[in-house]
Amino acid sequence: MMGSDAVSINPLQPQTAEQAEAIHVWNLHKRFGALEVLKGVSLTARDGDVVALIGGSGSGKSTFLRCINFLENPTSGVIRINGEDIEMVSDGAGGQYPANRRQIERIRSRLGMVFQNFNLWQHMTLLQNVIEVPVHVLGMKRDAAIAIGEQLLERVGLSAKRDVYPAYLSGGQQQRGAIARALAIQPRVMLFDEPTSALDPELVGEVLKVIADLAKEGRTMLLVTHEMKFAREVASHVMYLHNGIVEEEGPPEELFGSPKSERLKQFIRTVS
Amino acid sequence: MADGSIIPEALSQMLVLLSPSPPGWGGNLLRGLMHSLQIALGAFGMGLIIGTLGAYGKLYGSPLVRDLAGIYTTIVRAVPELVLILLLYYAGTDLINRILEASGYQRIDISGLVAGIVVLGFVQGAYATEVLRGAIKAIPQGEVEAARAYGMSPTLMMRRITLPSMLPYALPGLANLWLIATKDTALLAVVGFSELTLETRQAAGTTKAYFLFFMAAGLLYLLITLFSNVIVGRIEKWARRGMPSVREAR
Repeated sequence: MMGSDAVSINPLQPQTAEQAEAIHVWNLHKRFGALEVLKGVSLTARDGDVVALIGGSGSGKSTFLRCINFLENPTSGVIRINGEDIEMVSDGAGGQYPANRRQIERIRSRLGMVFQNFNLWQHMTLLQNVIEVPVHVLGMKRDAAIAIGEQLLERVGLSAKRDVYPAYLSGGQQQRGAIARALAIQPRVMLFDEPTSALDPELVGEVLKVIADLAKEGRTMLLVTHEMKFAREVASHVMYLHNGIVEEEGPPEELFGSPKSERLKQFIRTVS
Repeated sequence: MADGSIIPEALSQMLVLLSPSPPGWGGNLLRGLMHSLQIALGAFGMGLIIGTLGAYGKLYGSPLVRDLAGIYTTIVRAVPELVLILLLYYAGTDLINRILEASGYQRIDISGLVAGIVVLGFVQGAYATEVLRGAIKAIPQGEVEAARAYGMSPTLMMRRITLPSMLPYALPGLANLWLIATKDTALLAVVGFSELTLETRQAAGTTKAYFLFFMAAGLLYLLITLFSNVIVGRIEKWARRGMPSVREAR
């Protein structure tokens, strides 16, 4: 049809094969008192990218991830999500905070965050956890949310546990449930903050498998992780942070195969 | 055996005195009990509302709000309740009437029930503030962070996450406050409000059956407590639905 053709040719859309930018961060700084944790970190994630952030403890990788959905307020820098610049105002003490709470809430409701400690809501069953945000934040009909929630629980292998409270689940099950909760909001980007670091070694595999499946189906993800082998397998782009700056970045085979910086070489030796 | 000797003379006299219709005083006692319960419920409810606002103010408020909440809880908890009741009841009603008169309105008679609820509720609010503040601080912070990370507004987070999560930690303290509220109603006897204790004193004074009536009143207070324990137990079981029992975790 003529009409649909006209719509698809949008002069404002870049006519390259490149995907649209989901997250664009430029020159991000974060300071906790006298300690500068991030010293100008930049990142661009396009739709379908899987960006792995690696680095030693204290390198700033978790802080960077938490700045993207404003769980921490960056001290300075530009953050653009879904093509939308987040407006910040100065707090008069060298920091800044988001100017518009509703804008932040809207952006957050499209970023699916998965935490190191799962952080499922303990007073709700697994299914209630999964449908909570769709129903109460996004305004989805309860029946529709339950239908989607059941599918998602099935995907992460937890159908049988839908009416169980999180305290009665293993760490791996809780984390898979938390991933289902993140997927339920149909996120533009998934944010993983060391998703396997709090798990017993024998439970790590089941969670990594779920994340790898998501990567395979082309989900956009930012992943802070200590699992180097996993990062190498699933990531399309790897960033190595050290002392608050990006020491080295690139495709995983380059970064892990032929690291240039001495620090990264040493880091890869110590963790693998 | 003659009729009536099955029930000894003394006992039958007691039953007459306690019977709900005159010449018995049972009806007065029950009326007093209802008044006590009304005040206790009203004061506890008002205390919960003040307490929630106070706890949020103390935890998240601006420095000014925090200071005001701090002054409120400190003063109310420092002054003996009896003094506060006398002060708020007489000075409070006087103040309201003066304001009304100054702005050209008629004096009003403030009902004992409303005054009792407001006075006790004001006292309860200070204690509830501390109970709820402690309970909110006991919530695992990760759950609050998850709520923020998924775009919940502060009011939605309060309704869906914070209040339900803090309930298990708040309930023992709140149950204490409820039982204290039922007994503090007795303090309103000093301002002439006809709750259970004042009704009992009148019945006892008139009939000279002090022991009988104060035992009866004590029994009624005990019944309130026993009934409350059952209700609180159920609420606590529901509030702790996501938590494994403490015994299992031992």
